[in-house]
Amino acid sequence: MNAVLQPKPNYIVCDGNEAAAWAVSLAQVDMVAVYPITPQSSLVEYLAKFIADGRLGAEIVDVEGEHSVLSVLQGATLAGARTYTASCGPGLAFMFEPYMRTPGMRLPMVMTIVTRDTLTPQSVWGGHQDAMSVREVGWIQIYCENLQEILDTTIMAYRIAEHHDVMLPVNVCHDGNYLSFATGRVELPDAAEVAAFLGQRDVNWHVALDPDRPMAVDPLTGGAGGPGPALFVRYRKGQCQGMQNSLAVIEEVHADWARRFGRHHAPLVEAYRMDDAELALVTLGSMTGAAKDAVDEARARGQKVGLAKVKTYRPFPAKKLAEILAPVKAVAVVDRSVSFGWNCGPLYQDTLAALQASNIPAMSCIGGLAGADITITHFARVIEACAELAEKRSPVDTLWLNEHD
Amino acid sequence: MNSPNDIHPLTKKDFESDQDVRWCPGCGDYSVLAQVQKILPTLGIARENFAFISGIGCSSRFPYYMETYGMHSIHGRAPAIATGLKLSRPELSVWVVTGDGDALAIGGNHFIHAMRRNIGLKIILLNNRIYGLTKGQYSPTSEMGKRTKSTPMGSIDRPFSPVALALGAGATFVARSVDSDVKHVASMLERAAAHKGTAFVEILQNCVVFNDDAYGALSNKATRADAGVFLEHGKPLVFGKDRNKGIKLSGWSPELVTLGENAVSEADLVVHDEKAANGGLAFFLSQLENPQFPVPLGVFRDLEEPAYEELNKAMAEGARATKGPGDLGRLLNGGETWTIK
Repeated sequence: MNAVLQPKPNYIVCDGNEAAAWAVSLAQVDMVAVYPITPQSSLVEYLAKFIADGRLGAEIVDVEGEHSVLSVLQGATLAGARTYTASCGPGLAFMFEPYMRTPGMRLPMVMTIVTRDTLTPQSVWGGHQDAMSVREVGWIQIYCENLQEILDTTIMAYRIAEHHDVMLPVNVCHDGNYLSFATGRVELPDAAEVAAFLGQRDVNWHVALDPDRPMAVDPLTGGAGGPGPALFVRYRKGQCQGMQNSLAVIEEVHADWARRFGRHHAPLVEAYRMDDAELALVTLGSMTGAAKDAVDEARARGQKVGLAKVKTYRPFPAKKLAEILAPVKAVAVVDRSVSFGWNCGPLYQDTLAALQASNIPAMSCIGGLAGADITITHFARVIEACAELAEKRSPVDTLWLNEHD
Repeated sequence: MNSPNDIHPLTKKDFESDQDVRWCPGCGDYSVLAQVQKILPTLGIARENFAFISGIGCSSRFPYYMETYGMHSIHGRAPAIATGLKLSRPELSVWVVTGDGDALAIGGNHFIHAMRRNIGLKIILLNNRIYGLTKGQYSPTSEMGKRTKSTPMGSIDRPFSPVALALGAGATFVARSVDSDVKHVASMLERAAAHKGTAFVEILQNCVVFNDDAYGALSNKATRADAGVFLEHGKPLVFGKDRNKGIKLSGWSPELVTLGENAVSEADLVVHDEKAANGGLAFFLSQLENPQFPVPLGVFRDLEEPAYEELNKAMAEGARATKGPGDLGRLLNGGETWTIK
């Protein structure tokens, strides 16, 4: 019998920023615009190197600030280019004006947020506050847990963004410091297979400029009494619809990735040891590794704990999360950011909304601010607090980690 | 009346904060910090009336090390924040410390408007021609062809001359110094401190880690006399180890000449005039660069013009003098109405 020889996997050792750069290179983007910022800088240096080495045939331009970065990419995307940038923290804040305009124009960009805590006090360290501050602007937001997920997801992001039912920009978020600089083994997919996965290049999106159909983009709409507001409403509804459509597209794209490359990443929410679980943690990003270890230790002690990792954060997979959490007695949500005015974490609020039809009590835990490490011990404390909540079922205050420990 | 300084004369030590200075060993920023701390006690200004505002970058750590009021602000926005401070408290001595990335890339807009507005800010730009804090990408002052981590094939961006940009934006005081010549740095800072309106000082500063030796010719004892020319008001542009070289105007272009050769004498050379109302000479000087020409060091331009904060005060006082003190109630209930047809 003839054995079918599988091609030998191509492993590389790299950090999270390099993994993202490899993905961008494999996605064969046309245009990269950048402004360096810690902890993103090395990512764009890898891209500059890949372009200089001839591995990626893209244009790269270092401009005078992030506001110009996204403006440059809007011009490029309007001309039909596949585009990329990465930023974070104050850079993302400076980018906000063109950032909020991108989804409305339905431009299918991909941008990495190498998440960083926001001012003040000044901090260059990891935290989700930057990405969370733009969660309602209309970009799809996906959070990665590990290096392989960064590489795979960044490629998948192009197929999601460019899908005709979606046509929205995508932020692929990976945690500053913990993922940007953590080094590990990553499997590099075959370039031809990635090209086949992404399919024929299609620039026929909403506002791509077309010589046969000349148009000026984004005129000022008129005020009340004229057709302006109605046009605006149709645009807004279309954007919302694209967001909702993306839930199915994200699932379909992840499934196809798994079929072609043999690696399956949970597209919306990953359920970890949730069979028969009575308590559940809800996590986001790289903290999930330590949280899974804490779950394993608690399980070894006989505690029935599971975990739900939210990967796709915008649109929020409320139905999927509610399904996964349905059997438990209490939920503890761990955020690496805060929601000012609610004195809790934003993912906690989303989880509450997803659970509104159920009777399950939930609590908010905030940790990992400004680069603080959320350790297995911290998660053990969270599990303990969650067990107490399951028993007492009375509302509890937000649990702040890393303040004294 | 005695000022607080007469009772307790200030010293350099009074301006040194308790923070450990954390620039790389050998960084040019140290010498600038030392000179700033040295001249401030001589200005006759109480310590609490100084404020140092910075943006983001290595240079922007400056306020940490000053025992004065200060703010480590947003990338590129220090001139804007300092403008707000100066307008609300015109009696303060407000200093901005910035770099080539902070002032000329992300903060270019605020930089030019601070220059044209002529508001009483002292702006020190530490120009190392590289992004140091983000570990070595090219900056808006990096030379063409420069290979960095972000330009592995060499930069194709044409660099800014900070001095030319400041002049073009209408600055009333523009000077340049080099970090290795600490006495000259101190003298330029003193001149800036004495100026009314925006005072801009570019300091050529060595980044020992990511762009070492960018100003080697200007700092090396053996070459510096030939690599730079000191600008002195009313004096001809003479330079060189043997003080026998000069700059002559040939048409609208500079020409390097040797005194005594081809019958050239000092009388043929360009004579510096920092007070010239026409900016042509200052701009001409800003175009001189190594290696073809010596780099001009000193005051390019120093004009006496009204400062923005003075005009602002005069405008408000003038309005009060002609219309009397403001009355919000009267304004709201006043008779100035119109009909939309």
